[in-house]
Amino acid sequence: MSHSILFRNGRVIDPASNRDAVGDVLVLEGRIAAVGAPVPGDVLTVDCSGKVVCPGLIDLHVHLREPGQSAKETIASGARAAAAGGFSTVVCMPNTSPSIDSASVVSWVQEKARAEACVRVLPTGALTKGIAGEEMAPIGALKKAGVVALTDDGRCIQNHELMRRALEYAGMFGLVVMDHCQDYSLVGKGVMHEGYWSTVLGLPGWPAAGEELIVQRNALLAELTGTPVHCQHLSAAGSVRVLREARRRGVPLSGEVCPHHIALTDASLQGYDTNFKMNPPLRSEEHIEALLEGIADGTITILASDHAPHCNFEKEVEFDQAPFGILGLETELGLFLDILVHKRKVISLPRLIEMYTVNPARLLGLDSGTLAPGALGDVTVLDPDLEWCVDKNASLSLSRNTPFHGWELKGRAVRTVVEGKTVWSL
Amino acid sequence: MSSQEIFSKDHSVPRAGWFRKDLTGLQHLSREELVLLLDTAAAFKTVGTRHIKKVPALRGKTLVNFFVEPSTRTRVSFELAAERLSADVINMSASGSSLTKGETLKDTALNLQALHADVIVLRHSSAGAAQFLAERLDACVVNAGDGAHEHPTQALLDAFTIRERKGRLEGLHVAIVGDILFSRVARSDIFALTKLGAKVTLVGPSTLVPKELERLGVQISHDLDSLLPDLDVINLLRIQHERQRKEYFPSLGEYTSFFGLTKARAARLKPDCLVMHPGPINRGVEIDSDVADSSRSVILEQVTNGLAVRMAVLYLCNAARSGESA
Repeated sequence: MSHSILFRNGRVIDPASNRDAVGDVLVLEGRIAAVGAPVPGDVLTVDCSGKVVCPGLIDLHVHLREPGQSAKETIASGARAAAAGGFSTVVCMPNTSPSIDSASVVSWVQEKARAEACVRVLPTGALTKGIAGEEMAPIGALKKAGVVALTDDGRCIQNHELMRRALEYAGMFGLVVMDHCQDYSLVGKGVMHEGYWSTVLGLPGWPAAGEELIVQRNALLAELTGTPVHCQHLSAAGSVRVLREARRRGVPLSGEVCPHHIALTDASLQGYDTNFKMNPPLRSEEHIEALLEGIADGTITILASDHAPHCNFEKEVEFDQAPFGILGLETELGLFLDILVHKRKVISLPRLIEMYTVNPARLLGLDSGTLAPGALGDVTVLDPDLEWCVDKNASLSLSRNTPFHGWELKGRAVRTVVEGKTVWSL
Repeated sequence: MSSQEIFSKDHSVPRAGWFRKDLTGLQHLSREELVLLLDTAAAFKTVGTRHIKKVPALRGKTLVNFFVEPSTRTRVSFELAAERLSADVINMSASGSSLTKGETLKDTALNLQALHADVIVLRHSSAGAAQFLAERLDACVVNAGDGAHEHPTQALLDAFTIRERKGRLEGLHVAIVGDILFSRVARSDIFALTKLGAKVTLVGPSTLVPKELERLGVQISHDLDSLLPDLDVINLLRIQHERQRKEYFPSLGEYTSFFGLTKARAARLKPDCLVMHPGPINRGVEIDSDVADSSRSVILEQVTNGLAVRMAVLYLCNAARSGESA
């Protein structure tokens, strides 16, 4: 079933084709058909005056919890939350139960997504069996089944030799490896940023060096093997420095930032509220400044949520015993628009859109992230100036674990379109 | 305040200024609240020396000693304090509770509340556990130690003991020696002693004394010997074998040679310098055995004073919860 739709008179921003001008976008039969000057079309027409029309946003880091953890989230509910956040594509992490470490689980996720998800759900495969960090997963079979990348997200391979060989092997299939950067011996039982607040609160510290060391490891191994490594949810100043230096020399290394790491500091943990507990943890002001610099100068190329739903009863326990992670899909765009574009003026709106569209699409080799004719007809309509308030009780996720309830934000998506079909609108 | 006032029928202990149903830590207490606690404890201390050791302040109330992490001295001290206030006391440990069957702390606590427990004294290995309960229960919650966070009644009894012996805290130089990083006693001591005007120096190996604590208005030293002649109080923390991983210092012997209060070091203290320890002590590790038993040691007075301090805490928190606060 194919859909057609005409977006009329919006500010069309498509970083992939350097377009930023008022005009129309026509989607015919699920594909971009024409962009630019007023185009005729006998199809459903949406007036986008005063709004921004851009390629459907891509979040390459979400946890949809299926199979196995459907009390937290399902592929269907996670997809609805994605649509409400402006995302037409999400890339889901393999740390499910069982983990996505075989072709059969990949197929199960794809089937489930086809049947129930309102946005495009692209699975990643585990880099090691059971995400145990000990033996390579069947990478070739995962590739054939259609994974878009490999990752052990949530865990980190500690054995550098295994990581090196896994990268070499993944490179043969043209797969990117996305890494959760955490050195276990340095981090130990750490549950929050190691610094003044961890000391005062008596909580085990998670030092920035525990991330920076693995980012450096990844820089060395990406250079050695030539396989692209994408460092997930960067939180530390040193990680940005390492990434900047490596990219300057052409090493295939990239990095992403999540909104909570620039919106909040470790001082937020004073109430021991587990909705502020995620991995890597919230850090201090100087780390936020370094992340913002990295975003401003192009060192950081991708924005993502690390959407990590957990049930209330799982989160409502002693701080050190609570699971890591917070919701993200419905708040990330608003937070980044509010902080990066409006308040801190770190980047322009087109740059923000680039980091959510063409950059992740190119990293993963996706046929989306652009409004070029012929591309998938995925479109997001934004109102970058709309003021709204985060209400966790209105969330389409099955979970409620967000630290942003009640936040007043400026800017959000107002319509999400997948292959010409509107899957959500405000 | 005389002890007679405590026994009077209208409970006219001067608890003006105390509005907290819980005591989860000392970080957010004002100096005035600390002084009120110490003054109230002073009044209660006389009760322990009387022929009849009970007062009726908590008669008809139920106190649950909920010790998720093992402890003997603190539990017994709270139990005695509650009994001297005429409360009914129930002792619960983790092994005897449903926590071992997978019940959450919240559910266990709600069950206790459903049985109309009035006061829950919580010892827990997780920092923030007492605050977690205090936010969710109508009952008073008193922190008897939460992970490496706070142990407020221990710090109050330390402050009480120093004030009783020295007559004041202002201007005194107090060294806290040992494993500061993992010590809830150290954190509560820092909050209490600095607010009450003492000069506090933290001493220990660099691996166990986080530099960040300087922001709390204390000094940090790794040279115990140079400090000795200047100290009015030396508070030695237990070196906790079970928690010490070998990467923090090479050996107990090396620890003792640099940071133990040996006889030679004790000889360099002022004659009236108080030697304190929250117990249980490791004789020969952080403190020489004879020094622990010497006339300068107030270690057993701390235990005695702990009872009075805990009576004061239970009394004030219960009164605040009952709406009796002036």
